[in-house]
Amino acid sequence: MTFSRREFMQWTAAAGATALAGCATTGGGSAGRVVVIGAGIGGGTAAKYIKMWSPDIDVTVVERESGFISCPISNLVLAGNANISDISRDYSGLSNRGIKVVRDDAVAIDPAAKTVRLAGGSTLNYDRLIVSPGVDMVYDTILGLNNPAAQAQVLHAWKAGPQTLALKKQLESMHDGGVFVFHIPLAPYRCPPGPYERVCQIADYFKRAKPKSKIIVLDSNPDIVSKAGLFRAVWNGQYKGMIDYRPNSEIADVDVKGMTIKLQFGDVKGDVLNVVPPQRAADIARNAGLITANNRWCGVDWLTNESIKVPGIHVLGDATLSAALMPKSASMANQHAKICAAAVIALIKGQPVNQQPMMMNTCYSFVDAKNVIHVTSVHQYSATEKTMIAVKGAGGLSDKPSELEGMYAWGWARNIWADSLS
Amino acid sequence: MNTQWRAAYSVAAFAVAILAGTAPAQAQDPNAARALAATCFTCHGTEGRSVGDVPPSIAGREKAVLLQLLKDFRDGKRPATIMHQQAKGYTDAQFEFIAGYFANVKPAPARAGY
Repeated sequence: MTFSRREFMQWTAAAGATALAGCATTGGGSAGRVVVIGAGIGGGTAAKYIKMWSPDIDVTVVERESGFISCPISNLVLAGNANISDISRDYSGLSNRGIKVVRDDAVAIDPAAKTVRLAGGSTLNYDRLIVSPGVDMVYDTILGLNNPAAQAQVLHAWKAGPQTLALKKQLESMHDGGVFVFHIPLAPYRCPPGPYERVCQIADYFKRAKPKSKIIVLDSNPDIVSKAGLFRAVWNGQYKGMIDYRPNSEIADVDVKGMTIKLQFGDVKGDVLNVVPPQRAADIARNAGLITANNRWCGVDWLTNESIKVPGIHVLGDATLSAALMPKSASMANQHAKICAAAVIALIKGQPVNQQPMMMNTCYSFVDAKNVIHVTSVHQYSATEKTMIAVKGAGGLSDKPSELEGMYAWGWARNIWADSLS
Repeated sequence: MNTQWRAAYSVAAFAVAILAGTAPAQAQDPNAARALAATCFTCHGTEGRSVGDVPPSIAGREKAVLLQLLKDFRDGKRPATIMHQQAKGYTDAQFEFIAGYFANVKPAPARAGY
């Protein structure tokens, strides 16, 4: 089909007029108000895409931190293979789009009144609320760690930021020949391959700086949860003799003073302890009654990410009850958020919601400063199963670690940060 | 007709088709192409405008070229680290949407500083 320039002008004028007529029905003001709790990968992406795809919707983001520090790549900071500044971004990218970024703590949601109360005292009204709060750590069953002083000494460093730098410092202070003991919770937890990447990064650091040191991995799971063959090959290769991997080693308690992790059978003493505890959807989601599964995760309708329990509230990212084979990852949070953004716009404007959403996951893991392995999967909505399912025959793993994938991993990180926050 | 005009024409044709209610069957959801393309943005940048050299920018690349690339990745004719695994997750009809979407995006650098 070809057009002359004149025809083109006529067509666009007609299209413009029709579009304007359409706009007039919204009254010219705001088409609706969306509040987003949390400006991580999920919340940032949702806010950005609602504003980008529908500038007439008012978008407010509530975030308690002054800036974003990325969990992906943060294991490299522990080993000195990246700096904290490399993985930090501010929120100017969101505010430059006309999104209101409020630095405060959302403390209560009233789904009937459709309001969010902030710690600072103010209240926000919403037509639709998006909750992307990430995870909170569960210490109830690890009594020795169930107080702030103990948690300041035995770190999780499973949220990037001050704990990342504090754990790095502990590793640097450890003597050569010391023992680093690392505990991994039962799946599901945030970032399935993350713990095994951390083991690689710390082994890389020890090999370079403290070659007599050892790593004991206490994994609650029966085997390495993600990229098992690839990680095992690296541990038996470049880190041979450095890593003592113990599956089925769920933590029972910690003796902080004695620097000992207690298992059901036997104690493990270390010079630096790093306990990643079990996790659940963060407090704000729990207090709003959004948790639907195992007292931990929020069930959602995967066409919209709307809570299956509380209408008008959408939940994104790690806090959701993941569909089968769907990891709690940054890629996934970013992809949840785009489907949610489109759905929220459609629901506000009374338009049809996409019935065939697709998601793609990519998780890169650095096995040293430069070499990387990936796992990827593609997910589609199944109308019969009413959930996201992995597309059969798609996805897969790296054959082996490579520097080429290292370049792609950094490219992925910079793009997902920009795609979510700028 | 230069590329820019061609892109503008097809955008206009698409918009008019939707507004006139005469969209082809595959475009019954006017945002179907956008939703599919958005799954690529995570790695290739918002609207396919990458912040760096890799993964590459795909904004504004010719539709036929993108379509062939996607099919070659899927069929194992083009070596890749990851694209061959991801391309297997999409149908030919979805490739059409995706390639068409990116062909109509104006190439531009992603926001600086990120």
